[in-house]
Amino acid sequence: MFFVGIFGFVTRKNMIAILISLELVLNAVEINFAVFNRYLHPQHLDGMFFTLFGIAITAAETAVALAIIINAYRTVGNIDIKNLSKMKE
Amino acid sequence: MDFNNFLIMGQEIGLIAVFLILFTFDLIASGKARHWLYPLACLLFAAQTAFGFFPLPVGEAFGGLFVSSGLTVLMKNILNIATFIVFLQTYSWLHSKRIEHRRGEFFTITLVTLLGMYIMVSAGNFMMLYIGMETASLPLACLAAFNKYKEKSAEAGVKYILISAFSSGVLLFGLSFIYGSFGSLYFSDITFTGTDTLAILGFVFFFSGLGFKLSLVPFHLWVADVYEGAPTNVTAYLSVVSKGAAAFALMFALFKAFGTIEVVWESILWWLSLITITLGNLFALRQTDIKRFFAFSSISQAGYILLGIIAGNAQGMTATVYYVLIYVFSNLAVFGVISAVENASDGKTSIAAFNGLYKTNPILSCIMMLAVFSLGGIPPFAGFFSKFFIFMAAASEGQYLLVFIALLNTVISLYYYLLIVKAMFIKERESGAVERFSIDNYSKAGMIICTLGILIIGILSCIYQNIVGLSFGI
Repeated sequence: MFFVGIFGFVTRKNMIAILISLELVLNAVEINFAVFNRYLHPQHLDGMFFTLFGIAITAAETAVALAIIINAYRTVGNIDIKNLSKMKE
Repeated sequence: MDFNNFLIMGQEIGLIAVFLILFTFDLIASGKARHWLYPLACLLFAAQTAFGFFPLPVGEAFGGLFVSSGLTVLMKNILNIATFIVFLQTYSWLHSKRIEHRRGEFFTITLVTLLGMYIMVSAGNFMMLYIGMETASLPLACLAAFNKYKEKSAEAGVKYILISAFSSGVLLFGLSFIYGSFGSLYFSDITFTGTDTLAILGFVFFFSGLGFKLSLVPFHLWVADVYEGAPTNVTAYLSVVSKGAAAFALMFALFKAFGTIEVVWESILWWLSLITITLGNLFALRQTDIKRFFAFSSISQAGYILLGIIAGNAQGMTATVYYVLIYVFSNLAVFGVISAVENASDGKTSIAAFNGLYKTNPILSCIMMLAVFSLGGIPPFAGFFSKFFIFMAAASEGQYLLVFIALLNTVISLYYYLLIVKAMFIKERESGAVERFSIDNYSKAGMIICTLGILIIGILSCIYQNIVGLSFGI
């Protein structure tokens, strides 16, 4: 799942699709934490806590990213990442 | 419940208080009272900065999640000073027509990012480190996109948020491996043996995640675009405060959690600092936009910061903190001048806009000259001393080859820093160049602080001695 997400991040052209790929990456990590906790270190709950915090932070991240993408959409007119290359020489 | 824990978080609580006061003031103030928002913000923040210099209780809070020591207090003070100077420089930008009604937002968002950086510096646990990092980088993306009406700013915001989310994904992936092999997230519980391949893999992912934040070379591609697109004052904040906090956090994580595998990270850092310094310098040579130019210059400065971390002893730690302190003053002076010129010339940021600046604005160009000399490391300015200590620390660990290459790079960097000086002093003015202008008193105060910092801190050895007293080795 992590590498599917990375692949998506690199290849997608649509900003929303890139954001979805990012979600895949982050969720893969959170599952990783939960699984490690359950099978390798069941005596403490560190991993579960991390997962909970991670979910909350990921949600905040998505909200901010969407807001910024909407802002970009208003100034540029679409959400294709190709159109955001004004600063390349 | 033991409330002593909260006393250790004194600086954080102070910052939250400043944040709340400004936030409520921004909400309820009527049209006329809003004029006081800017002075109030500067005043409160100055108080917060001064507060950090009083002796505070130090120790561990919340079972080791939060660590405060003399060194972390000092680091937070450095970040405070830098943020204060940035606040002073934003006066004319925040009072321009299209931003004016959103002034309050700038201060509240900046203070939240600063809180995140405090937590990053003080973290004793990887979860705290991650939370601090996200608290710092999510609002920063909003700041980068603050000039809503500008396409470039929106572009910078998108790039920053996507890259920072991606890098924190990579960092988390590494953390999950580290957690998997040790079963704990506390720095103190992590005991590498050097044979644990899962943990080493985790470390590599973790390091590349932090490398994005610190803009080391293989992970530097976002830097130039974001720095160019973001509003100039935000660029200053990004290049100084955000980078300084990332460097401090990296240093603590490497020393405390990964101290036992120094051999592994030393060789990684060796190559990274080498290519970071060199590539940063070489790319800076061919830039025509001054913000892009200083983006690459700051990449190579990050390489020098790594040089201090490589040493891996108390001396290296001192040199790193000292380097960041000097870098704060030099780089903020540069960005202060850039933003003054930008505001006076209707948003021009090309190097050509600086042609013949000396004829029209002698004082500004002298400050710029001092700052770039300090960045380049010419004695007797502060930058020379900070570079000297960094090289000394690296050499004390026997990294002679690396120090030699870094020295060569200093010469290259002098060449391109002198290009700017040449543009200001020797080149003839072009027709569209900036006229004579005067800057507001707040920015003046900021520049005076920077200039004093550049001139004095290198000579006052008590500051360096003070940091030495606070540092510790592995």
